[in-house]
Amino acid sequence: MIRIPGIVWVMLLFSAPLWSDEVTSFADREDLDPVLVQSGYEWLTPESKALQDDEFENPGWLWVERGRQLFASDSGEPSCASCHQTSDLIFSSSATRFPRWSDSQQTLINLEGQINQCRELRMARESFALESSEMLSLTAFVSQLARGQPVNVALTEEVKPFWQAGRDYFFRRKGQMNLACSQCHDERAGQRLRGDLISQGHPNGFPLYRYEWQSLGSLHRRLQDCDAGIRAEPQPLGSEIYLSVELYLAWRAGGLTLESPAIRR
Amino acid sequence: MIRISIPQSADLGEVIEIKAMIQHPMESGYRRDEMGRTIPRDIVAHFSCRFESQVVFKTDWGPGMAANPLLTFFARVNRAGTFYFEWKDLNGKAFKTERAIEINR
Repeated sequence: MIRIPGIVWVMLLFSAPLWSDEVTSFADREDLDPVLVQSGYEWLTPESKALQDDEFENPGWLWVERGRQLFASDSGEPSCASCHQTSDLIFSSSATRFPRWSDSQQTLINLEGQINQCRELRMARESFALESSEMLSLTAFVSQLARGQPVNVALTEEVKPFWQAGRDYFFRRKGQMNLACSQCHDERAGQRLRGDLISQGHPNGFPLYRYEWQSLGSLHRRLQDCDAGIRAEPQPLGSEIYLSVELYLAWRAGGLTLESPAIRR
Repeated sequence: MIRISIPQSADLGEVIEIKAMIQHPMESGYRRDEMGRTIPRDIVAHFSCRFESQVVFKTDWGPGMAANPLLTFFARVNRAGTFYFEWKDLNGKAFKTERAIEINR
């Protein structure tokens, strides 16, 4: 009989995926059971839930109000309101359908990308920087119009490769800690990560107000934080891989309703 | 951005609830950026609420306040008039707004 030193046993114990087939072990977890899909709201304390529900005290509404102003008037120049009516149901629910395929740009775009496309092509103005106060205010305002409506992205043939890339990113181990998104947000949702509850990682509240940021922020900023947290290389805001992840996450959260501006820790 | 929650009208002598929130980073001056440089302190240090010429509520803040500070306070309304809200930051820059209130007949 071959004797195996104790230390090797310990190593094997903590490195299970090295000798199980990584892909097949995750395949059956690919899709969360729709009955079990839970918004990050469900993991909040009662106080934070109350703050999110209070349309005055929720600080995210500061950005929504600013977005309402930006949307309506742009000092005499054409504004968003020149083309879009907030009473139009197709427009007011548009935030539920991003990210989506853009025929004119021949790529996947999210709400931020759509706003900048409008500004450049229709309004002949400079685009807004991602995470700028103006961009966050406008995305918060447009997302807020669709509050309570279910996430509803279209998985067309054009966006399939992006969806696949996003899914691969979600299940790929990366960074110094060698962790995949799925290991926390699929397999350990509801368990504790130090003092914090791990959520299922759904994007239905973005842009949202995070206590840690003391500010509103987009999904891509959150993804950068996640990647930094597992000591992986954060990808640029608005990069193709984050857009792909955004699409995969939106698809994964299908059925959850939009909550922006949400409150999260 | 400033958000104020106040009733448009009140009964004579009624105590009303006023909420005032201002969008502000409230940078404490203790944090450092990625390069190790101190991020300069930038906080709203003074808030006051006047009813016409009379000060109703006044407070001074330090660097411990969180971003986007929200205040809730109460005032008795004895006549119709205007509430004036003013925030002042450390550089002396003022943020002002006002809300009129009427007496129910």
